[in-house]
Amino acid sequence: MANSKSSVVSLSCVSHRYGENDAIKQVDLDIPSGCMVGLIGPDGVGKSTLLALIAGARQIQEGAIRVFDGDISDANYRDAIAPRIAFMPQGLGKNLYATLSVFENIDFFGRLFGIPAKQRHQQINELLLATGLAEFRDRPAGKLSGGMKQKLGLCCALIHAPDLLILDEPTTGVDPLSRRQFWELIGHIRKRREGMSVIVATAYMDEAELFDWIIPMNMGKVLDTGTVAEIKQRTNTQTLEAAFINLLPDSVRNEHAALSIPPLNLKDNKIAITAKGLTKTFGDFTAVDNINLEITQGEIFGFLGSNGCGKSTTMKMLTGLLPVSRGEGLLFGSPVESNSMAIRHRVGYMSQGFSLYGELTVRQNLELHAKLFHMPADKAKERIDSLLDRFTLRSYQGVNSAELPLGIRQRLSLAVAVVHDPELLILDEPTSGVDPVARDNFWALLIDLSRNHGVTIFISTHFMNEAMRCDRISLMHAGKILVTDTPEVISKSRDSETLEDAFISYLEEAQGNKTATPAPQNTIDKEYPIPVNRAFSLRRLFGFSYRESLEVLRDPIRLAFALLGSALLMLVLGYGISLDVNDLTFSVLDQDHTPESRNYIQSISSSQYFIEHSALSSNEELDRRMQDGELSFSVVIPPGFGVDLKRGRVPEVTVWVDGAMPFRAETIDGYMQGVHSAYLTDLTLKALGYVPTILPINIASRYRFNQDFKSIYALAPSVIPLLLMFIPAILTALSVVREKEMGSIVNLYVSPATRLEFLLGKQLPYIIISMVSFVILLFVTVYIFKVPIKGDLFALYSAALIYIIATTGIGLFMSTFTKTQIAALAGTAIVTLLVTVSFSGLTSPVSSLEGVGRLMGECWPATYFIIIIRGIVTKGLGFSELSSSFQSLLVFAPLFTLVSVILLRKQGK
Amino acid sequence: MRSRMLDSNILQLSIKEFRSLWHDKILLILIVWAFSGGIYVASTASSQELHNAPIAIVDEDGSPLSKTIGNAFNEPYFNKPEYINYSAVEPALNSGQFTFVVIIPSGFQSDMMASKQPTIQINIDATQMSQAGIGDGYIQNIISGEVNKFVSGTLKAYKLPVKLIIHNKYNPNLTSSWFGSIMEIINNVTMLSIILAGAAVIREREHGTLEHLLVMPVKPIEIVLSKVLANGAVVLFAATLSLIFIVQYVLQVPIKGSIWLFVLGAALHLFATTSMGIFLGTIARTMPQLGLLFILTVLPLEMLSGGITPYESMPQLIQDLMQVAPTTHFVNLSQAILYRGGGFSIIWEQLVILLLIGSVFLLSAVSRFRTSVANA
Repeated sequence: MANSKSSVVSLSCVSHRYGENDAIKQVDLDIPSGCMVGLIGPDGVGKSTLLALIAGARQIQEGAIRVFDGDISDANYRDAIAPRIAFMPQGLGKNLYATLSVFENIDFFGRLFGIPAKQRHQQINELLLATGLAEFRDRPAGKLSGGMKQKLGLCCALIHAPDLLILDEPTTGVDPLSRRQFWELIGHIRKRREGMSVIVATAYMDEAELFDWIIPMNMGKVLDTGTVAEIKQRTNTQTLEAAFINLLPDSVRNEHAALSIPPLNLKDNKIAITAKGLTKTFGDFTAVDNINLEITQGEIFGFLGSNGCGKSTTMKMLTGLLPVSRGEGLLFGSPVESNSMAIRHRVGYMSQGFSLYGELTVRQNLELHAKLFHMPADKAKERIDSLLDRFTLRSYQGVNSAELPLGIRQRLSLAVAVVHDPELLILDEPTSGVDPVARDNFWALLIDLSRNHGVTIFISTHFMNEAMRCDRISLMHAGKILVTDTPEVISKSRDSETLEDAFISYLEEAQGNKTATPAPQNTIDKEYPIPVNRAFSLRRLFGFSYRESLEVLRDPIRLAFALLGSALLMLVLGYGISLDVNDLTFSVLDQDHTPESRNYIQSISSSQYFIEHSALSSNEELDRRMQDGELSFSVVIPPGFGVDLKRGRVPEVTVWVDGAMPFRAETIDGYMQGVHSAYLTDLTLKALGYVPTILPINIASRYRFNQDFKSIYALAPSVIPLLLMFIPAILTALSVVREKEMGSIVNLYVSPATRLEFLLGKQLPYIIISMVSFVILLFVTVYIFKVPIKGDLFALYSAALIYIIATTGIGLFMSTFTKTQIAALAGTAIVTLLVTVSFSGLTSPVSSLEGVGRLMGECWPATYFIIIIRGIVTKGLGFSELSSSFQSLLVFAPLFTLVSVILLRKQGK
Repeated sequence: MRSRMLDSNILQLSIKEFRSLWHDKILLILIVWAFSGGIYVASTASSQELHNAPIAIVDEDGSPLSKTIGNAFNEPYFNKPEYINYSAVEPALNSGQFTFVVIIPSGFQSDMMASKQPTIQINIDATQMSQAGIGDGYIQNIISGEVNKFVSGTLKAYKLPVKLIIHNKYNPNLTSSWFGSIMEIINNVTMLSIILAGAAVIREREHGTLEHLLVMPVKPIEIVLSKVLANGAVVLFAATLSLIFIVQYVLQVPIKGSIWLFVLGAALHLFATTSMGIFLGTIARTMPQLGLLFILTVLPLEMLSGGITPYESMPQLIQDLMQVAPTTHFVNLSQAILYRGGGFSIIWEQLVILLLIGSVFLLSAVSRFRTSVANA
């Protein structure tokens, strides 16, 4: 048996901690190869951690793990054996990409392992046929039912023909029929690939009965190992479930008692939930089709059905989350309206996915919900304390809920749903992923609520033993209810021994024979060569690009924002940003009121830059109107101006300029000097009949490159570097951190792909999008702003490409070192906006800056691209004249990506 | 006795927002930087509008006069001039090495003394929009000043009939940091509030928590207001500290008006921008979409509100459009309070407009809220 074979995985003294909590304590284990090995045990005992460590997805903290006789903590070895291992993490489709189709998902995984296209496509087709997913080939993964997602996950894991398959709770949340198909599939694959080892963590003991070798775990420790028969024999029990409970320490075991359900005693037949012809359509698709239900108060009503049959949609309509398409739903006799607050106090709801605040602790989540239901503080505290014990959450109360194992999280969700003592509970698969003991505890609570407190419970589940505990159940399929009755009557109606058989018989009848497991294709017996694992593979790099671009293409709104948005922004900013200072408002305080003073005023108001406002009558008014911002400057003509002028006593005109905006004030100063000297020239011309030589020389100012000194010629080209900084950086800023937040980053951890391939692969599509954007912006510059490009166009394109490589790199950099999408967005905005707008020579050259700002400006790619684009567009230059800026720009191109490579981790902590 | 306020959903949800922010340490560091180092660096990078302008001189005359002129260009307005050959003028301007090149022709001094009115040429790189015009004026003044000094006594000086005296009110030396520091605070307030509020909505939707809230006795408006309140408060707190410690204390910028009036204005501005962020959050379906929407919104808000270039000089159409933007009014009222010492009577209209803009975005966000969750 197993012992005679060598071990595929061996652990010695492995421990792992998360903060204060021990996940695994001093585990020594040898896992035989070529077997189907089951890891069983309650939630949070370290099953997932153990699997992730074996797969190399997490960094080992303590101890040593050898996989295929090599040290998995060695990065080179890990990369070398990655093609021999496949890892399917916990959670329905957590490592899949929701917007990609079934085919594209598998294709991506195939590319990750460097499988050539022809071979890849052949294998995908075979896998799709074998799993019955062939007809859903083009459906986006996000739109698949849970069971189909798990099958897809399996396809993705099997595409590179691994020798060791690691599955973390692959059938959690999957309906019985799909589960049965799933295990049949695994069986076929194992027959085909003899010698393949499979390690599975599962909460279903009936599944574990079929495994070759079992590892029961509790509290981070391995309790025993051996075949199912050996373990049953050692514990002297009949079922594995009983055996497991026997293995548990006494303290835990004693809490477990067989459930007994008192009969339902309906005093008054008040109806809690009514659905009349309830229908929900999404476009052409009818998710829920004409459902009629009546659930009595105090009843436990079960909802069963295959994944994606409309159970969740029905529940969401009844909670008011989804608007009803047709028909109506009533809660306690009144129609479900999304805004009826009174009813919401009486209902507790638990959605299928985890939907609590991951960044809050267990206790904080409970407190928040208690307070939102306006529970008095003392009552809330008491209730929370009792729930912490009831759901055995006390030891986790200070842990952030995002860090909890799946089963514990589910328990927390449940506790939250009942915290306010609701009269009606709507629970959508509340026990998926919860271990048997905890499930029984939970049911004990439900039974207590129903029988002793008259709480109505509407629950959906995939566990048949839970369905048996319901007073009545409905079987649902493809949006319709097939049958509603007590579990016993339903079993009998099909002459089945178990409810599960009856259920499957109903489903098969409803589906025709379509879903019968397709016979495994014999063609898949062919062995494909595992591709050589290279240190750098373009195929893997393009694999990442392919996936990233598919995601972008599936989101046309984002693409439109990126391309059309930048053109629109260019128009607005190009027209709007103006350094041509004009339309300046002023007013005069004329204390003289002579023809001479009016003459002076006339000379000011005739300037094209100024707009005269109504005259001032006092200094107080001058202060007030300038304070108000109404006047940009004001002119004070002193009393006696006319007389003094005539007598040659040199009167003084005072101008008060609003200095709040220094740039504008400087410009006004200059304009006023000009106006004043024009006045003087005019004055002397009139008085003397000739223009005196005020200065014995001429000063000729030549405005080069932009004779009219119109800012559009200088600004239009400068807006391009601005936009090509922000848009590409924002595009890439989320690319890595998003995978971290969603969990699909684990695909990188367990693949042989390198960090450089990963980052460059992600960067590539955004470089292309940004180049397209550049062409559009150039088009706007030339054809809309009518700014001709005088210089070398090829040099301009080259510079833009180098620049875009740098700016997309900046986004990647932000993305690798932040942990949340918000931080990545904010960080990119904070860093790029300030430096690009203020320090890269957009308004004044970098050489005029000083201090840190100057340093930042000199170390920022926009600085050099602004010089280049201005040089080419307005000065008519090319490569040779701009060579030093090109050189500087070239330094930046690889810099940010390389730093990101260093910062990116290739293993979880 | 617990007051109603303490039990209110808005408060509870706000506390939750604070906790979420507190949890994200990198984000906190970024916020702190934006209101400390960021402000400092931005306002100290240049102290004058015309500062260390790069200038070169082609001296073909080599006379005492031409040397005097050359020595007259000094810091802080100009870098020490570099003397270059005539042939180097073109490449120097092309590469952007110098913004100004003054060419003094040979025989300049002797021609002048012979009353031949020689011409001195200033070549200006007009692509440097902000320096070019102002610098031109400065250079002309410096040259004519030097020439006048040189000829006084030798040639008959001309006496000007009217004297012009220009005072810069509120900022006598036109110190740029006075302007830059406040504008940078305004920019960061706008940017961070939009992104924090908008992303908070998307994150809750992507993680399913929003759906969870909507089945509880919580109204959409309470959810929206809690985000407005929490994110607004964090930014307001940071901005106020920044104004007091960085701007007033470290940068020594004299503040004319009441800081607390400014804080009131900032609070109303934050009401408008956070509501705007949440509104964007109800339009965007994913975080990447929000990121782009954010850039498309924040760039015009920052660049066209009068904080970077003069508002009244923009085309009328853009000016009208920007009346809808909260930043335009906030920039306006901040300048009135902080630089010109304006009081409530001067800025109350802006406050009302901010309140109005905020309410429109808030109500639009609330009305879209449920639909945006159902469609997610």
